[in-house]
Amino acid sequence: MFDAVARNITFLLGGFVVTLQLTFFALAGGIALGALVGLGRISKNKWIFQPVTLYVNFIRNMPLILVIFWFYFVMPIIAGRPLNPFLSAVISFIIFEATYFGEIFRAGYQSISKDLTSAAYSTGMTYIQTARYILIPVAFRRMLPSLITQSIVTFQDTSLAFVIGLQEFVRRTSIVDNLEVRSIQLFGFVAIIFFIFCFIASKISRHFEEKGRKLGMI
Amino acid sequence: MGFAYDFDWGVLWRQPYGIWLLQGLWLTIKIGFVAWIVAFFLGVLVGTLRVTPWRWLRFISTAYTEIFRNIPFLVQLFFWYYAGPMIFGESLGRQINQIVGLNFYVAILALGLYTASRVAEHMRAGFASISRDQYQAVLSTGMTQYQMYRYVIIPYALRIIIPPLTTEFLTIFKNSSVAMTIGVAELTFMSYRIDAETFHGLEATTGAMVIYLILGLTVVRAMGIIEARFKIPGMIGRE
Repeated sequence: MFDAVARNITFLLGGFVVTLQLTFFALAGGIALGALVGLGRISKNKWIFQPVTLYVNFIRNMPLILVIFWFYFVMPIIAGRPLNPFLSAVISFIIFEATYFGEIFRAGYQSISKDLTSAAYSTGMTYIQTARYILIPVAFRRMLPSLITQSIVTFQDTSLAFVIGLQEFVRRTSIVDNLEVRSIQLFGFVAIIFFIFCFIASKISRHFEEKGRKLGMI
Repeated sequence: MGFAYDFDWGVLWRQPYGIWLLQGLWLTIKIGFVAWIVAFFLGVLVGTLRVTPWRWLRFISTAYTEIFRNIPFLVQLFFWYYAGPMIFGESLGRQINQIVGLNFYVAILALGLYTASRVAEHMRAGFASISRDQYQAVLSTGMTQYQMYRYVIIPYALRIIIPPLTTEFLTIFKNSSVAMTIGVAELTFMSYRIDAETFHGLEATTGAMVIYLILGLTVVRAMGIIEARFKIPGMIGRE
């Protein structure tokens, strides 16, 4: 049933490793930049707030594929030499996903009430202690389900690096399919692998959401 | 540092390239609208089945949303396009493959099925926000289960979830760009095609970005009008 998959399994799994690498860099960069974007979105300084808001609203109106293409065209001009597709894809994912993570961080930051901060100060905690023991853990718990959900989306989004010829999971599957013409099992295989990973992650996200609700935090 | 690149923004209005972008936009709008009709009705149906008292229907609709949400849209599109016709067997599959404009129809279908799962999730959230009392009040007037959903609960839930549906409607136009991978000549495809012919992909994709931005802002404005007209006072608010 999965004979064509079996014949090409090392090549296919090699593509899946590229997908995982893409996801890793996209998440690391996207979450780090997103945390800053979130800060910018609650900034009282309009020289920070307005450009960041413009960036977020602009990118969120764009299809990811177009952003991938745009960076694919613009990077060689900035760098002055052809850039490899992996680096170009990672940069587009970071710029793109950071706007989505940024909105999650903004909501997380805003969910912390002034009362909580005042209560912590009134027990004699310093600012560092308040942030370290109260604000960050509370905000993190509130954001965790959304962060996991957006990470799943990012994982799925990496498949779009297909369009600039990056040999990730889907691109390699379609290469194999061109030779073997076993579309049902090949694309079925990719679908199953993605499903297993995303389904488990979504269950984990839901688990944290339930837990947060029980603690009265969400 | 000097850029070794000659910008040529004229490519955006020189013919035939300018027309290509507009033709692409028209296809993007068509795909988005038709796929939305599929997604909306199927999504409302699947979302409603998830809260019905029948266990099997609940299971099927839950499985539907889980499957379509947890597989990348690109993979779904490839599956329907390359593997879809094969499901019908060799001879029928070959006939299906000869349909003119098959990629366009498959793109609409795939996008509709995918977005339906997202609409269904919003529907579920909408139902959850309606209190139990409401259901009992409706049943106490003598309505049947079917009448209750058809005339009260579904319209009520729909009005509650207009804001997230606006986002989905916006997303469907963005996701339609994935159809370029199976050769549908929508907006993103056209900007890439201009690059293939002129090597001015940067200008072409920037032009496409501006068009997507205008499209997005138009959709938001239009949905704002619908939102204002159908909102339940005090029940919905945008973030």
